[in-house]
Amino acid sequence: MTTIPARVRYGDATAGLLFLTPWLLGMLLLTIGPMLASLYLSFTDYDLFDTPEWVGLDNYRRMFDDPRYLQSVTVTTAYVALAVPLKLAAALGVALLLNRPRLGQGLYRSAFYAPSLIGASVSLSLVWKSIFSDDAVVDRGLAAIGLDTGGWVGRPEFSLPMLVLLAAWQFGGPMVIFLAGLKQIPGELYEAAAVDGAGPWRRFRAVTLPMLSPVLFFNLLLEIIGAFQVFTSAFVIATGAAGGGGPAGSTLLYTVYLYGRGFVDFRMGYASAMAWMLVLGVGLVTALLFRTSRMWVHYAGDRA
Amino acid sequence: MRRLRSVAWHAGAVLLLIVVLYPVVWMISSSFKDSRDIIGDLDLLPAPPTGRNYATAVEGVAGISVWRLFGNSLLLAVLSVIGTVVSSTLAAYAFARVRFRGRGLLFALMISTLLLPFHVLIIPQYIVFQRLDLIDTYLPLLVGKFLAVEAFFVFLLVQFMRTLPYELDESARIDGAGHGRIFWNIVLPLSRPALITTSIFTFIWTWNDFFGPLIYLSTPDRYPLPLALQLYIDQTEATDYGALIAMSTLALLPVVLFFLVFQRFLIEGVATSGLKG
Repeated sequence: MTTIPARVRYGDATAGLLFLTPWLLGMLLLTIGPMLASLYLSFTDYDLFDTPEWVGLDNYRRMFDDPRYLQSVTVTTAYVALAVPLKLAAALGVALLLNRPRLGQGLYRSAFYAPSLIGASVSLSLVWKSIFSDDAVVDRGLAAIGLDTGGWVGRPEFSLPMLVLLAAWQFGGPMVIFLAGLKQIPGELYEAAAVDGAGPWRRFRAVTLPMLSPVLFFNLLLEIIGAFQVFTSAFVIATGAAGGGGPAGSTLLYTVYLYGRGFVDFRMGYASAMAWMLVLGVGLVTALLFRTSRMWVHYAGDRA
Repeated sequence: MRRLRSVAWHAGAVLLLIVVLYPVVWMISSSFKDSRDIIGDLDLLPAPPTGRNYATAVEGVAGISVWRLFGNSLLLAVLSVIGTVVSSTLAAYAFARVRFRGRGLLFALMISTLLLPFHVLIIPQYIVFQRLDLIDTYLPLLVGKFLAVEAFFVFLLVQFMRTLPYELDESARIDGAGHGRIFWNIVLPLSRPALITTSIFTFIWTWNDFFGPLIYLSTPDRYPLPLALQLYIDQTEATDYGALIAMSTLALLPVVLFFLVFQRFLIEGVATSGLKG
């Protein structure tokens, strides 16, 4: 964090805390308090009506015998593993395309960003459901080039890829961040590489990728955390009477199952334990990412 | 040669854009089609266009007119914007411009909540609001907004306020201004671009929010639009696709309008702070 110059910094604890009051209240009442409560609840059996009953590690133990839970972990892992790379690839691809100044550059940038603002809405989930259903645009289009799928919505093997495509379609956020990163790369590096006889691919590998790696890392982190928490699309597209997860559990994302256990079955203890496992999972992935980042993220200044 | 490459580039970009924007165009065009033609008909242009879907959509769901639903969404979104802007700006000023003990620690705490999945908080929050008998009111959806719970916006505003020259504070200080006046007369007016970004994103995210209303609201009269759309699918046995798509289009109208007007702020906000969305 940049420091405030000493001559402006007059010690002012009262003013600081006064300005922070709403935030501090929110932190205590809506973040730290609930976190502790949720940790406690995860060791209890609680249905919202009777008093919570302490059951120790039972909730955590039970998860490993719960086929629906295990399925939600598999589905979520697959979703994150597919959606994040695809979305980032699309974001980087379009960012590279839009990077050089051209006529209408701003217009293109805005147009490619547009899906990101509406993509997470119920409206677009419904559109997605319509264009991927039996005999609709995607189905017929693929049949026309000899790839008969028979609709994506109702088929377990295609329902998750459909959600992945909806996520990847919203590549605008990381794209804009990539564009900002690309602008920071000094042109001399490309000139030097060109003088050395490097072709476009070589320049991309040797200059663009390493220079962009901090931005790539940032986007990767943000997108992974976001992907773990996706809910609306899976819930709306694969509704069914039980509230999501269909067909055959193929879109039972972690959050969809957590919602079902907590807010449909009122197993608040179990759902809390699930939430903490999610924190653990996201924390683990984040830590792993930071760890491996030393090998591929290059920060300006440590250039060899 | 140079010219040829430029033409090729534009052709490629436009082609890609057509693919990317296809679902949006499909939605708008389908909203003017006969219900039976929506899934099977591959023509993008409705022939002949019909306004019937919008007529049905305006009648609404379960006896609730679409205007009522719009009103609910609007109320939630506007109050959320006010709450978020006021509380986040105050917090951001303290982090960016006031020096006090523990500031660094609190700032780190704020940043760390960015990584926290909200599912850990939602269950106990729900229980608390249930105990307070506030389920099926708007309060659970709004309280957090007035308490700067969305750390993204605090962070965005802090980043922006740090770019303003500190000499301004200093000279105001010499003129006898306190933090209240420096905040109100100097920092706040200069932070306008960041305030606009925060407002627009808060509006759009609240407008599109589905999960919060899903768990907290149970009376259809109080539903915002996204929840009503969901209700519509559940209620109509053989879903009237035309009306559903027309309602979906209407539900996105404010978002699209905001986007068209404020796209520059939105995109720069994302680029500088890494906002999701």
